Amino acid sequence: MAERVLMKGNEAIAEAAIRAGCRHYFGYPITPQTEVAAYMAKKMPRIGGVFLQAESEIASINMVYGAAAAGFRVMTSSSSPGISLKSEGLSYIAGSDVPAFVVNVQRGGPGLGGIQPSQSDYFQSTKGGGHGDYRNIVLAPASVQEMASLTVRGFNLADKYRMTAMILADGTIGQMMEPITFEDAQVETCDKPWALTGTGMQRRHNIVNSLYLQPDELERKNFERYERYRTVEENEVLYEAYRMEDAEICVVAFGIASRVAKNAVAKARQEGIKAGLIRPITLWPFPSSALRQAADQVKAFVSVELNMGQMIEDIRLAIECTRPVSLCCRVGGMIPSPDQVLASIQAAAGCRDGRLPEGQMTSPAQKGVN
Amino acid sequence: MDHKRVTLFAGHYGSGKTNIAVNYALLLSREGRRTAIADLDIVNPYFRTKDSASELAEAGVDLISPRFANSNVDLPALPAEAYRLVEDRSLYAVMDIGGDDRGAYALGRYTPFLLEEGGYRMAFVANPYRPLTRTPEEALEVMREIEAAGGLPFTAIVNNANLAHETTPETVLSALPYMEKLSELSGLPVWMTSAEEHVAVELEGKVPGLLAMKLQAKYFDLPEQGRPWDAGPAAGHQPNDGPRPPKAGPLFG
Repeated sequence: MAERVLMKGNEAIAEAAIRAGCRHYFGYPITPQTEVAAYMAKKMPRIGGVFLQAESEIASINMVYGAAAAGFRVMTSSSSPGISLKSEGLSYIAGSDVPAFVVNVQRGGPGLGGIQPSQSDYFQSTKGGGHGDYRNIVLAPASVQEMASLTVRGFNLADKYRMTAMILADGTIGQMMEPITFEDAQVETCDKPWALTGTGMQRRHNIVNSLYLQPDELERKNFERYERYRTVEENEVLYEAYRMEDAEICVVAFGIASRVAKNAVAKARQEGIKAGLIRPITLWPFPSSALRQAADQVKAFVSVELNMGQMIEDIRLAIECTRPVSLCCRVGGMIPSPDQVLASIQAAAGCRDGRLPEGQMTSPAQKGVN
Repeated sequence: MDHKRVTLFAGHYGSGKTNIAVNYALLLSREGRRTAIADLDIVNPYFRTKDSASELAEAGVDLISPRFANSNVDLPALPAEAYRLVEDRSLYAVMDIGGDDRGAYALGRYTPFLLEEGGYRMAFVANPYRPLTRTPEEALEVMREIEAAGGLPFTAIVNNANLAHETTPETVLSALPYMEKLSELSGLPVWMTSAEEHVAVELEGKVPGLLAMKLQAKYFDLPEQGRPWDAGPAAGHQPNDGPRPPKAGPLFG
């Protein structure tokens, strides 16, 4: 049997990153992802790597930009408000086509918000965050094992497509502990002929830059980049389908919300409601075709999110609004109970109005089904 | 298992201190002792002793925890009330110390009282399945860092070898050589072995000082993990309870 260790989600990211060949970590502490930095601070000096706590998030993302330009596997990690600060750097990294690995262990917002878990940076991570036309590969782990596996995958994808791969986790998965193994980690590296490694007077110098003085050249760069993004959309979609074979109600949830949703689906099945779950593992590229296929089969969709309804827009786009999609959510650090999700499934199945018994919290968005 | 008037649980973060402290306090109370437990963790704002507030209250155990525990306030402040544990010598006190040396700094203010009274047990919670304490030597290093920070020497070791829901009796038993080595290196006895109830049942007579622990089921434990949400106590956030911390996996420190 593979060797098992008991790890926190944040530690799993750090250890997996090291195993993926990351030797440069630049960060700035923020709850609830601080263990990533703490682990790196302890481990990096022992293996000849660099751990640097920068003076700010802005400094750390620009250090990532620099190390990425030099061809190193490099990462930073933060939580929601910190990612906002890093967004300018993420845009420059995208505009320069260098690979970076970024972790967002989300907390409640907006503003300083709170330190409890949230998924309210879905828009920020999948739709940009920084300025300009660009995409990040966004990976949404739902377990500590996936924190590790998707970290290795994220480094591979970032290098392969010369773009940012981001882990979009939340405070719960960052803090929770589960037994995991690193044995499935498949590190894939590729040549980086574009990297700033010194010419040795043997070749023309490389340039890493996001400034283009000629508009037609800048347009061409954008077109090229979006060609690359199209390949990512074609090849890198990941999702999990649970009990979808004969499902009539399709629950869609990612990360920690998907675990609550899975319990609710199991419970709905016990009550004779044919519910299933599609769990996007990549949020960008989004599993649109899987949802489109599901739309041919199911009566309705329920989106379970720890935000006021962000992924629900991508679901509606994917299915071209051919089925009703309702929202089941909690925010601010609260997590819906399986009962709340079950009530939404029952409502979508036409069993009841979606309201919970008196005294139980439901979100304004859940009052009634659209 | 023998008991001292004051028992402190410290160790590497995530080694299982809080669950052990809570279950040990419940045991003391069950055996008829007037018991209080204090949450002295100033490091980790999640997985607090307060998560078990209702079980402790039901068992008549006094819970002293930072006023802002389990809220959005990440404030490293300790309640003045915690002094009761060292001042009131008529009660049995359990102190849950924060992880690593950083967590143990908070212990320093109680150290003079504890040393003066003398009747304390400072227990090092060890789990060899945690990544930064994989060897007895690494555990010893953490032990020394905690002692230096808190100013209080350890007097005992707790074997809390576990892999969360995957723990079997074999998980615990195969850690015995590790514990013996740690005992030899530190000169301290392995005083207690802690395990979740269904594992503990199978360990009876095979390990010293068995503490059978009840752990809360969480509603995002997956059905395939064998701890589905509806098998445990009422799951889900209570609406009028204020924000509660995320919970997962059975063991946290």
